[in-house]
Amino acid sequence: MLTTSTPTSSRPVQVKESVVIRFAGDSGDGMQVLGSQFTNTTAMYGNDLATFPDFPAEIRAPAGTLAGVSGFQLHFSSLDIFTPGDTPEVLIAMNPAALKVNIADLKPGGLLIVNAEKFVAREFEKAGITVNPLEDGSLDAYKLVQLDLGRLAKEAVSGLGLGTKEVDRCKNFFALGITYWLYNRPMDGTVRWIEAKFKDPYREANLRALQAGFNLAETMELFGESYSVPKAKLAPGTYRNILGNQATSLGLVAGAQLAGLPLFLGSYPITPASDILHQLSAYKSFNVTTFQAEDEIAAIVSAIGAAYTGALGVTTTSGPGMALKTEAMGLAIMTELPLVIINVQRGGPSTGLPTKTEQADLLQALYGRNGEAPLAIVAACTPADCFGAAVEAVRIAVTHMVPTILLTDGYLANGSEPWAVPNVADLPKIPVQFRTDPDGFQPYARNPDTLARAWVKPGTPGLEHRIGGIEKDALTGAVSYDAENHQTMCLTRAAKIAAIKVPDLVVEGDEGELLVVGWGSTYGAIHTAIEAARGQGIRVAQAHFRHLNPMPANTEAVLRRFKRVIVPEMNLGQLVKVLRSEYLIDCKPITKIKGQAFKVSELLAAIVEHSAAIPSQEH
Amino acid sequence: MDATSNGGAARALTKKDFMSDQVIRWCPGCGDYAILSQAQTVFAELGIKREELCIVSGIGCSSRFPYYVNSYGFHTIHGRAAALATGVKVANPALSVWVVTGDGDALSIGGNHTAHMLRRNVDLQVLLFNNKIYGLTKGQYSPTSEIGKKTKSTPYGSVDHPFMPAAFALGCDASFVARTVDILTKEQRDVMKAAYAHKGSSFVEIYQNCNIFNDGAWDALIEKAVRSERMMFLEHGAPMVFGGGKKGIRLNGLKPEIIELGDGLGPDDCLKHDETDSTLAILLARMDYPEFPVPMGVLYRKERPTYDALINEQLDTAKAKGAGDLQKLLLGGETWKID
Repeated sequence: MLTTSTPTSSRPVQVKESVVIRFAGDSGDGMQVLGSQFTNTTAMYGNDLATFPDFPAEIRAPAGTLAGVSGFQLHFSSLDIFTPGDTPEVLIAMNPAALKVNIADLKPGGLLIVNAEKFVAREFEKAGITVNPLEDGSLDAYKLVQLDLGRLAKEAVSGLGLGTKEVDRCKNFFALGITYWLYNRPMDGTVRWIEAKFKDPYREANLRALQAGFNLAETMELFGESYSVPKAKLAPGTYRNILGNQATSLGLVAGAQLAGLPLFLGSYPITPASDILHQLSAYKSFNVTTFQAEDEIAAIVSAIGAAYTGALGVTTTSGPGMALKTEAMGLAIMTELPLVIINVQRGGPSTGLPTKTEQADLLQALYGRNGEAPLAIVAACTPADCFGAAVEAVRIAVTHMVPTILLTDGYLANGSEPWAVPNVADLPKIPVQFRTDPDGFQPYARNPDTLARAWVKPGTPGLEHRIGGIEKDALTGAVSYDAENHQTMCLTRAAKIAAIKVPDLVVEGDEGELLVVGWGSTYGAIHTAIEAARGQGIRVAQAHFRHLNPMPANTEAVLRRFKRVIVPEMNLGQLVKVLRSEYLIDCKPITKIKGQAFKVSELLAAIVEHSAAIPSQEH
Repeated sequence: MDATSNGGAARALTKKDFMSDQVIRWCPGCGDYAILSQAQTVFAELGIKREELCIVSGIGCSSRFPYYVNSYGFHTIHGRAAALATGVKVANPALSVWVVTGDGDALSIGGNHTAHMLRRNVDLQVLLFNNKIYGLTKGQYSPTSEIGKKTKSTPYGSVDHPFMPAAFALGCDASFVARTVDILTKEQRDVMKAAYAHKGSSFVEIYQNCNIFNDGAWDALIEKAVRSERMMFLEHGAPMVFGGGKKGIRLNGLKPEIIELGDGLGPDDCLKHDETDSTLAILLARMDYPEFPVPMGVLYRKERPTYDALINEQLDTAKAKGAGDLQKLLLGGETWKID
């Protein structure tokens, strides 16, 4: 049995405020495991952090090619941070392809650790490299450390009787061991994880590789010094690290429990939403039923059927699946049943970029149905915020008997951050009442405050009635083709959405000059850019939408308080279109559509530019 | 609302109790009237409580059905009744769920959902009104229209090979497959009752006449004078005899053939119907006029666990071990405290 020590470096330790580190390798190199292990350890240590995994859609693209490169970036800090960081200062590249794809992002002077044994002609060819980058001087700007990770791992696990391929699979733990030494991190969490996850001889092999990597860094004077990033001063509470999709799943379960409803998820597997289906399928003891449907349409329609019986109906998907569900959303709107529809947005159109992030489904969510078909829309702004946003979507859906879309995206879904776990007792209950009294019952009679019609479970005696997609009489719910009635119903369905009470838009920063308006996952990058700009003396503020339909009542008033409004979005300008058309305010779009989140530097540049464009006499 | 629906102990419900107050808007002379009438009779005869009856339909003439029955009903969107009904039945297995659909709704736009509902064996009844035409959209050919059919969308005749609904259902591993005709009152009620009694997806194809766009589509079979020659009414365990007892079916290798009875051949020489034989069921589903009489009644019936029961069993097993602790779930595995 191998003993693992909690490392303490014997060399000088430099204290740093923040570190951005990126692990990059082949899809099969275990980069996501490496990244998430280092993340968990860092979270448990008490840093604030944000992560960004970046992987190809293919499960195993041809080894060594650019298409097969999988990356994991982690930003950890002693401060409160909001993004996974623009530019890593440490890059660990497991092969030439990973180096080629990622080197441009590495900060000049940054630490570059390469798996040197892969820098051979055969690998260069796969990566489309003609000259050995380790020898042509192109890496002179970095602190280059070359290691034969596979060979070193092999030595560490010799005698365990592992085959070549199996030995090679240990090298990510060897690299992890080096990283733990570099940042003075305890390895016990990873040791426990390996012990639980693997059986011998792989358990022993991975443990040995991990310790050997640490020992090598300690004894070989590879690095002049090691670093420490002190704990962050976060608000008091019990924390865990959480991915966006995990937070969404937990929010749905919590929402259902707070409403006292069984949860029915109808879903069809699709990247990057499938993890919500996976996770909820394990929660049967929470009265959660998951139905992996035959297609996206059956997924939503079955959830509508379940909602009809009095369950919390939920469907989860991503853009192409949303397109398929649109007719059924109209049915839920027409029959006025509660439903939560989750779109984990990805690059589009069509199949687009399945594993990359984008915010280009906002207009689809707002308008993408036949007829006048409004529904409620909520968007999460950070991975952990997916929890609260999901609870909010549940609250709106069951309180107002409306389908509610929750928009997240790939960046939130697979990104992680520490989450102050709420005390369940403090979460407000979501009151739900099923009508059972037949006296004076009319299927489309409404609650005067919420404009919701009554929710009636089939099985309730005396309340038998029929609903459906054909226009309904405003009171009796009988089929009606009456002209006046249709106008009344269209206006009522719109008024129902308008009646949803949503909190006011909050402005953070300096009043009066430049306002940066965002929605969804751009929150962190905008927030960080604004802090940086204000540090430079620029007067700028941030307002971020969580509710996109209805919008907060003070939206227009807020926008009019500023001389200039800019709207960064990972699309070609969708929220900006809505703001312009709703409020006749000349908001300026800041757009990026590369399947990647905004960098703080990009937004800072936009803020600087637009701040300067405000006529000086108005200052 | 009628107070008689409360409890059910008050009095036995009649057909009339299942009639809604809605004006029926099918064309005069439509076969749908006959089916609605038989179904309402059956609901009463089976003693189904109105509040427990939930009729789910798609789009098409037949799919207006739920509006005309005084029970819970959901008129959904084109092709999706099977999927919505699956959600209903899984979420509340106590309901008696009936899917009412047509040849276009169930086999064209909703073919995928029909297939998956049948293979899953969701416990519900499917009444598929087959009139071999699109009625509500005013007369285009359907997936059961015969080759060569001239319709508004096929002025040169249809070149689409048609589905045989019963064979489709068996191909989807349906656990109950039956066939009946709109105008056959008793036979139709018997089939509906058998479908109700069966635990699982009970697929009932009903030959139905659209007197506007495809009038007389089934006349070759159902004209009184030829009926007994051209249809064969199946009975479990009984020999396959038709034509007023003068003809029968026997197997020649793997193929059925018609034999004339009398002259040394009797019912004992005929093939005996076995509802539980899936191979026989396929053979029966594919027997078609004019080569053969069309087999009517229950072609196949064999229970297997239903999807809604299995999924709820898993749920109950998990819940029996104790309700989940939400706080624990939120905390997850590893946490740290900041004071």
